[in-house]
Amino acid sequence: MISLTIDGIATQVAEGTTILQAAKLLEIRIPTLCYHPLLKPFGACRVCVVEVQRGASYEVISACNTPGREGMVVSTDTARVLAARRLVLELMLARWPNVPVLRQLAAELGLEQPRFTSTLRDERPDACVLCLRCVRICEEVVGACAIGYEDRGILRRVVTPFNQESEACIACGACAHVCLTRHIRFEGEDYKGKPAEFLLGPNTAIYMPTAQAVPKVPSIDPETCIHFKTGGCQSCVQVCEPGAVNHKMVDEEIELDAGQVLVATGFDLFDATPMAQYGYGRLDNIYAALDIERMLNATGPTGGRLLLKNGQPPRAVGIVHCVGSRDENHHRYCSRVCCMYALKFAHLVKERCPQAEVYNFYIDMRAFGKGYEEFYSRVLHEGANVIRGKVAEVVQAGWSKQEEGTLLIRCEDTLIGRFREIPVDMVILCNAIEPRQDAGRVGRVFGLSRSPDGFFLERHPKLDPMATMTDGLFVAGCAQGPKDIPDSVAQASGAAARILATISKGVVEIDPIRAEIDEALCSGCRTCGPLCPYNAIEYLEDKKVSRVNSTLCKGCGTCVAACPSGAITGYGFNDAQINAELEGILTL
Amino acid sequence: MTVATNGDHYEPRIVGFLCNWCSYTGADLAGTSRMKSAPNLRIVRVMCSGRVDPSFILRAFQLGADGVLVAGCHPGDCHYQEGNFKALRRMTFLKRLLNDFGIDERRLRLEWISASEGEKFAKVSTEFAEQVRALGRLRLEVPEEVSAVEEVMVS
Amino acid sequence: MTGSKPKVAFYWCASCGGCEEAVVDLAEKILDVVAAVDIVFWPVALDFKRKDVEAMADGSIVATFLNGAIRTSEQEEMARLLRRKSQVLIAFGACSHLGGIPGLGNLWDRAAIFHRAYLESPSTVNPEGTVPQPNCQQNGHSLTLPVFFDTVRSLDQVVEVDYYIPGCAPPAGIIAKAVQALLSGNLPPKGSVLAGDKALCEECPRKDTRPEKLTLKEFKRPHQILIDPEKCMMAQGLVCMGPATRGGCESRCINGNMPCTGCFGPTDNVRDYGGKALSAIASIIDSTDPAEIESILAKIPDPVGTLYRYSLPASLLRRKKVEAA
Repeated sequence: MISLTIDGIATQVAEGTTILQAAKLLEIRIPTLCYHPLLKPFGACRVCVVEVQRGASYEVISACNTPGREGMVVSTDTARVLAARRLVLELMLARWPNVPVLRQLAAELGLEQPRFTSTLRDERPDACVLCLRCVRICEEVVGACAIGYEDRGILRRVVTPFNQESEACIACGACAHVCLTRHIRFEGEDYKGKPAEFLLGPNTAIYMPTAQAVPKVPSIDPETCIHFKTGGCQSCVQVCEPGAVNHKMVDEEIELDAGQVLVATGFDLFDATPMAQYGYGRLDNIYAALDIERMLNATGPTGGRLLLKNGQPPRAVGIVHCVGSRDENHHRYCSRVCCMYALKFAHLVKERCPQAEVYNFYIDMRAFGKGYEEFYSRVLHEGANVIRGKVAEVVQAGWSKQEEGTLLIRCEDTLIGRFREIPVDMVILCNAIEPRQDAGRVGRVFGLSRSPDGFFLERHPKLDPMATMTDGLFVAGCAQGPKDIPDSVAQASGAAARILATISKGVVEIDPIRAEIDEALCSGCRTCGPLCPYNAIEYLEDKKVSRVNSTLCKGCGTCVAACPSGAITGYGFNDAQINAELEGILTL
Repeated sequence: MTVATNGDHYEPRIVGFLCNWCSYTGADLAGTSRMKSAPNLRIVRVMCSGRVDPSFILRAFQLGADGVLVAGCHPGDCHYQEGNFKALRRMTFLKRLLNDFGIDERRLRLEWISASEGEKFAKVSTEFAEQVRALGRLRLEVPEEVSAVEEVMVS
Repeated sequence: MTGSKPKVAFYWCASCGGCEEAVVDLAEKILDVVAAVDIVFWPVALDFKRKDVEAMADGSIVATFLNGAIRTSEQEEMARLLRRKSQVLIAFGACSHLGGIPGLGNLWDRAAIFHRAYLESPSTVNPEGTVPQPNCQQNGHSLTLPVFFDTVRSLDQVVEVDYYIPGCAPPAGIIAKAVQALLSGNLPPKGSVLAGDKALCEECPRKDTRPEKLTLKEFKRPHQILIDPEKCMMAQGLVCMGPATRGGCESRCINGNMPCTGCFGPTDNVRDYGGKALSAIASIIDSTDPAEIESILAKIPDPVGTLYRYSLPASLLRRKKVEAA
């Protein structure tokens, strides 16, 4: 530890601490430009100069790269220091008069009118001020070394090697992140007609999934993390006080023995892109329901405001029901939840943009639940326009520059028997709820059947909607079929209760009608195994015979009929019994 | 049940294998609904049409049945998932075998009857009886052949 | 040279002679057999006549090994005769056990067979249309021929059979074991088949190569593919009767790289061999579409021949339906 004094305040710091760091610890502000906490101090800008007493004399040195010495006396706000800093700024403003960060610093230092002008004067507000933070971060932190500088003195420029597009650049955006003047910018790509704000600029590789995530801990995306690409950076490790960041974590495969499984793998939202007539992905301001949910969320990219791509609120919004649902070309079923959330959107549009018109285009309004019909009435009172008819197409309308971007919804209004064209600024599509893409694979893993619509098959649609044909395997939520939150919760609670009931019972009851393989007769031919829909037949590798798991066997008897050795007995309906029946009924 | 001696008119004896969950329940429904159907069907209940071993059908013919009906759940609806598909495969193969045995394959019929299809059951049952009646008695008996030479006695 | 050695007899009915050769196939072991027993009747090898058998006391033959199916009245008579004269009557070989290959004649009747053999076949020259008769008069003498039955029968459909030695022809090992058991008096319950208890898959050298869940989208016949000598036949799409067939044959055909055709017949619990085999084969077809199932099954062109090659007379239906005249 060494003792030094800054602005009259005595302090003790560890050896190697720079004056700037020591000042920060004392909460004394020293202005900087080229300094960045992640980078080695460079000392290029000379803005952080301070006065250090040296016996009877003094020296004016940069605070960022000067380590403290025992007994050092530092002054950060003497007239000399201020004069030095002003001069530095004057010189910088001579060359870059309009850069905001320089002007701001100049104002802070009380510099009113720069006296000089440079031969290489650059009037742009986003001119490069040669702080070289970009170069340094790319080299020291990112480790990609994709950007450098060339020439010397006044001619120094920040460039990529040989002025060519750099192959080493990994587009991490670090240089843009530290650039003082936005000379280097990271532009988000326009994606599917959604404004760049949906991308929130460059997403950091370490991020919190959403503001309301549970658990609320960040995770690292190995695809974009610089450390995984170059071995460098690890800035997060440096700033994390509890040391909670571990880049070496790997996926663990854990094997659990489970007697019962509840499958609640959810749904996918139908992609409306193939329905070209609605323009999703092709025209601006056409959104799927989940896109709007995100936008309306207070933690979303617009802070909850409903905005068009041009940043303006919409004057009229069209909400299209049944996109991909109740449709012979896509899904014949009704997705159940859309009418209600469509009305919710109508309500929210009216709330957030009171001047906007809202149009709901529906086939039937399905307001089936508790309080749902009342909500529908309320939304109607709030002034939502409900039009009973399918939307034929959404086109880009507008003949004048003022009208550019307006959408026109062409639909049929069956209640008045007319074809209508309704101009709107934004269209919200209520896309169908679909089974997940991998439902087939998941189904095969568990031996789950699917109903014709692709959702997992329940044991009985009325009397047992949460169990499946296999004992101990339950299904809940949208994995079994489209449903809203109250129904999902009810189903899941019911399934959980069933599971707990079985566990707490301690014993499993087996139906007497089941099959059993006589191991003295079984030749291990394995004809029976693939036939069992419940995977109840196991081939024992050690004994080389097959065996029926009595707990899983449902007694259908298909294995009994197939066994070419007659080694399987179907209790309750065995061969002798059935043959006796035949003899009996054919006696006369 | 009297057996008509006149070869043209006889009461066909038909065995029906009905699956518990669908076709048997459908037959039950036909009964409780007082639907009329031909009385020729003699029912054997099994849990699933997949339990029906082709050997049972051969045995039924051997014991004198003139026709056999196997009825299960509609494809996709089997209470045990796919038992009816196994029945479909076996019955298809069995029909080919029956042809080789000189037994008209129309004497074996596979139907899908659900629990709510009482009317279908009654219709199928009656139709099949008529069809088998038209095909005539099966007469599978193998005549005992008597040796033309008397047995040699041993002294 | 009769002494006190037990008497045994061999007889052949409707057979190919392969079962007689199977006895000879005992090779050097046959000397042990000959040394231990007194063969009192064996038309293929020894000169004893029927009247010699008729002259014996009832039950004086310890064991008769009778092979071949019952096709003619003479065969029926001999079967009955030997039954009377023997303590133990053993149905030897697939023909007497189940009807065997001759049993396939049950797809026709006498009239059709005679028509084919004596009148229709391409190599026959019979312009007078001469056909065998059981009885004809020649020069005041009555000449008789055995009656050719319409239906082939297995031995136990004619007389009571004590044991069965299966196979077409029975392998040497099975024969040796059976003779051993006979001589030592260590016999299983009457009516048993003297071979393995389980189906062929149990002992098949390719057992481990069959996948646990095998279903097939296509059937192939042996001449259509190069049969992999290591892999399970069914896994290669061939119709192998192994799963339905009693084992104990040391997998001769499998080791000869051909699928099993079922000569040992069914296991104890199965009454009708072909019905069970049909069920097993149909069950593993990988299709739910009726038209597709038909086309897959069309690749098995001869159902009755494939399923009942050796066992048609012993099956539930026994023969193809006789058309009413």
